[in-house]
Amino acid sequence: MKPTTFLKTAALAVALAIPFASAVHADEQFFPLQSYRVGPYAAGGTGFFGGFIDYINLVNTRDGGINGVKLTYEEGETQYEVEKGVEVYERLKTKPNIATWTPLSVGIAYALIDRVTTDKVPLTTINHGRTDSTDGRVFPYIFPLLLNPYSETSGIVNYIATKSGGLEKLKGKKIVVLYHGSPYGKETIPIYELLAQKYGFTVQQIEVSHPGNEQQSQWLTIRRTKPDYVVLRGWGVMNPVALKTAQKTGFPADKIIGNVWSNSEEDVTPAGDAAKGYVAITTQASGVEYPVVQEITKVLYDQGKGNLDDKKRIGSVYHNLGIVNGILNVEAIRIAQEKFGKRTLTGDEVRWGFEHLQLSRERVKELGAEDLFHSIHVTWDNHEGNGYVKFQQWDGKKWTPVSDWIAPEWALLRPIIEKSSEAYAKEKGIKIRTEAEVDVINQSTAAQ
Amino acid sequence: MDTVTVRKAPGHWPWIAPLLVLATAYGVIPFIGTSYLFEAILTPFLALSLAGLGLNILTGYAGQLSLGSAAFLAVGAFGAFNFNLRVQGLPLIVSIVLAGISAALIGIVFGLPSLRLKGFYLAISTLAAQFFVQWALTKFGWFSNNSPSGVIDAPPLTIFGISFEGAVGRYLFALTIVTIFTLFAWRFVNTRTGHHFIAVRDNELAAKVIGIPVLRTKLLAFAISSFIIGVAGVLWAFAYLRTVETGGFNLDRSFQIVFIIIIGGLATIRGSFFGAALIVIFPLILSRLGQLFLGDIFNSGVLEMSQRIVLGALIILFLIVEPNGLVSLWDRLRKKPLRLSRIKTIN
Amino acid sequence: MDGFDWIFFSEVLIGGLLAGVMYSLVAIGFVLIYKTSGVFNFAQGAMVLFAALTFVSLVERGISFPLALIATFAVMILLGLAIERTVLRPLVNKPPITLFMATLGLSYILEGGAQLLWGTQVHALDLGIEDTPLEISGMLISKFDLIAAGISAGMVALLSIFFRYTRTGLAFRAVADDTFAAIAVGLRLPRIWGAVWAAAGLVAIVAGLIWGARLGVQFSLSLVVLKALPVLVLGGFDSIPGVIVGGLIIGALEKLAEVYIGPYFGGGIESWFAYVIALAFLLARPVGLFGQRPVERA
Repeated sequence: MKPTTFLKTAALAVALAIPFASAVHADEQFFPLQSYRVGPYAAGGTGFFGGFIDYINLVNTRDGGINGVKLTYEEGETQYEVEKGVEVYERLKTKPNIATWTPLSVGIAYALIDRVTTDKVPLTTINHGRTDSTDGRVFPYIFPLLLNPYSETSGIVNYIATKSGGLEKLKGKKIVVLYHGSPYGKETIPIYELLAQKYGFTVQQIEVSHPGNEQQSQWLTIRRTKPDYVVLRGWGVMNPVALKTAQKTGFPADKIIGNVWSNSEEDVTPAGDAAKGYVAITTQASGVEYPVVQEITKVLYDQGKGNLDDKKRIGSVYHNLGIVNGILNVEAIRIAQEKFGKRTLTGDEVRWGFEHLQLSRERVKELGAEDLFHSIHVTWDNHEGNGYVKFQQWDGKKWTPVSDWIAPEWALLRPIIEKSSEAYAKEKGIKIRTEAEVDVINQSTAAQ
Repeated sequence: MDTVTVRKAPGHWPWIAPLLVLATAYGVIPFIGTSYLFEAILTPFLALSLAGLGLNILTGYAGQLSLGSAAFLAVGAFGAFNFNLRVQGLPLIVSIVLAGISAALIGIVFGLPSLRLKGFYLAISTLAAQFFVQWALTKFGWFSNNSPSGVIDAPPLTIFGISFEGAVGRYLFALTIVTIFTLFAWRFVNTRTGHHFIAVRDNELAAKVIGIPVLRTKLLAFAISSFIIGVAGVLWAFAYLRTVETGGFNLDRSFQIVFIIIIGGLATIRGSFFGAALIVIFPLILSRLGQLFLGDIFNSGVLEMSQRIVLGALIILFLIVEPNGLVSLWDRLRKKPLRLSRIKTIN
Repeated sequence: MDGFDWIFFSEVLIGGLLAGVMYSLVAIGFVLIYKTSGVFNFAQGAMVLFAALTFVSLVERGISFPLALIATFAVMILLGLAIERTVLRPLVNKPPITLFMATLGLSYILEGGAQLLWGTQVHALDLGIEDTPLEISGMLISKFDLIAAGISAGMVALLSIFFRYTRTGLAFRAVADDTFAAIAVGLRLPRIWGAVWAAAGLVAIVAGLIWGARLGVQFSLSLVVLKALPVLVLGGFDSIPGVIVGGLIIGALEKLAEVYIGPYFGGGIESWFAYVIALAFLLARPVGLFGQRPVERA
């Protein structure tokens, strides 16, 4: 028996009773990753966490960390299940120097809201998550970065407006929203209704029951309605089936607009030719031409150190989203280091960093990500950070951008978000935070 | 097989072992456990044990197989949330009881096919409950207080002015409720009605002949079982996850509960606890082992898939080697300690 | 009824019937195994996934279509025999629920194995059938669905011939009718079971390819069993004609309900409505679709 094996056996005996008797390393920042590489959503999980890990490794290899602070990570498989996510949280939270939690699952994020707030460590839900957690006054530790579901809705409607020749041209248009029969799918129903009222288009929202492998009746209904556009708010297998059934019922793919969880290669390739012409929203472009993706290819994949098993997936939608998530995390820490010193930060200090995460287009360009994503401007009370969206069209092989960066109507949505978050605060008895409290750094219970 | 001895706890004082377990659970564990132990192991273990107990009454004692347990967990969780939210000043304990009653009522409705169907036909038709409840709770925003994403947060746990907050508090809360229901179940299966359940399971026709109201007995089994599972749902949502989301009450959860009673032992009270312990802890041990020995070589996905294979294989192996469940294994080990020591001396 | 759109109605009905055939296709796999060995094989969905994933991975590695099909078939036969040897034989004479749980364990192994072997990527599967709608007197009908229904019908016919006219097929039926008598006349159960699992593997390939072409080959493929279960309740676990007719009824009623009743509930009722159809039918006519089966089967 090798001595390491022996040590590991000994460690295991302790491990189950006391999670981790951990040594404290100086100048490290730890990312606990609640990833999923198995199960129905594995394609998204491997791409996203692959990109995130690749960027972490790039920063370590190229720059030696953030100002000398090394980045470390550990994965815990959740299979997208809430209780597995909680188990991983409880297991990894005893590790020192935690920067951020990244579950990439709305359900897990919800279960962790109370926990991270108690433990004072930020949790990011890029492009998804609880919409009203945008309100940093009520949710100090939750960051639905770049795009929350309401902004996504507004972005899609604005795109349809652009295609039709202006917002006033929306009047009289007919839009069908085909949504997944889950809380995620239903979340935007009131926003579509609201925007329909405001702009005078009619909207019909049709549910597809989980998992969505049969959509014949829905698409026949759509065919009868003859809408101008169909918005696909899908999830997993529902997306390719929607595209195939659309073709089967003679609805043109270029009139279907996918939301942010219907926009990956994995959503369209199974549909084959039926997906040609399909348009989808995105916050980050796909493709390998961006300097940061190039560097990841050169520094990691060419040395055999990349995280993705399949090199063809470099630059795919999920991979690039993971990279953007990596950039946002790293920059938040860098910004926080400017204030608190170039050392390991506590979770609450990283929270401060996120609340000052403002990357202009110039800064994004410096980071080698120009046009990979637009920009972000997180403030203490706006945890989304006003991300811009772009639309991309599938040509059968790859996504090509078909629009400029489009801004959702944040001002229109803000009052709805505040109403919801204030109701939450009332229900939970949370005191609404003021700007003065932002700079108060609490000692985290989890960090050392 | 000597079923009689299996069911009777060994020794002169059958109280001793459970009391010792309880004393440890109340008197020792709260002082030595870590937050991981409470939050990730003990609380889900308690909630699932209770769910197993509920299903065991239906399947183990009354012989009606149900694959829709997760639906009743969901009814309990959402029920308690709504009673607590909508009726001002209602004590939490009353909300929980009302949630159990809601689950029992739904259980009776979905138990109706049992009057005509048996075996797998019944099992598959209980899936109607599984899908219908999940659909209804997602569909009608009222159930989740119109929360935009359909996910609701658990209220603080306070009973008779005692607040059960924090990891240990929630553990004690769950422990107390599970203890009460275990006592109830233990008493119940030895009552006349409890014996009726067994009679219906073993021979329905004979039961009818000796005058047992078979239909009523079956529906009562569904009601009691669903009540207990509903309360387990409250524990799952309020004490363990602290949020309630319909997605978590899926078919896999139902199967998990069936696994618990099959692996633990049908028609035994202890079986549910043994089964739940195995189902909760075993995958964790597997994943720790994998992480520890192979974590450097493979990514978490490969490990997880290997664990799935190992878990599946072990379940099959277990069913082959010990079809009567952990309980009978346990009793054999206790009855024949000699055999073990003999093996040791031979070695 | 005035203004009732009959063309639309027929379109939904035909779409539903064609979908129903696809449900039956999955359900047949269950029936084969249940009929001969009394095992409710929940791993059928995992077998569908395993077969489709194996096939598509072989094709992607440059193996020709027919060769990949043969190879996959060989794999499924081996798998069937292995399952019989390692799972069923040791569990013989155990209660049905134990066997059912064992097949759940089996589905873990198959799902894990398939993904470990071939990865968790989503694959496209192109069977070379162009999926453009045909227009027949104002109704759009999917060519792909028609062909898929044709294939399913062909398979049912093949299975029926097999059961009626071949020695092995007759042996299957003998075992199904009276296990003890079958043993008494010298039929070897393990061999028959092995053969029947291999046959279920073949059904899994066909179902996997057709469903895989519709959904893409990915984990969710194993969820198609959920569509097959109400069909089984309605048609009977042990009747091939039963599940065919059951599939047609459920497919048609489910689609019609989604279109005409669904809107009153806000839609999305498909997930549970099929069960309601099956239950309502059984409560009204407890002998089931084809009369010969006692529903009160323990």
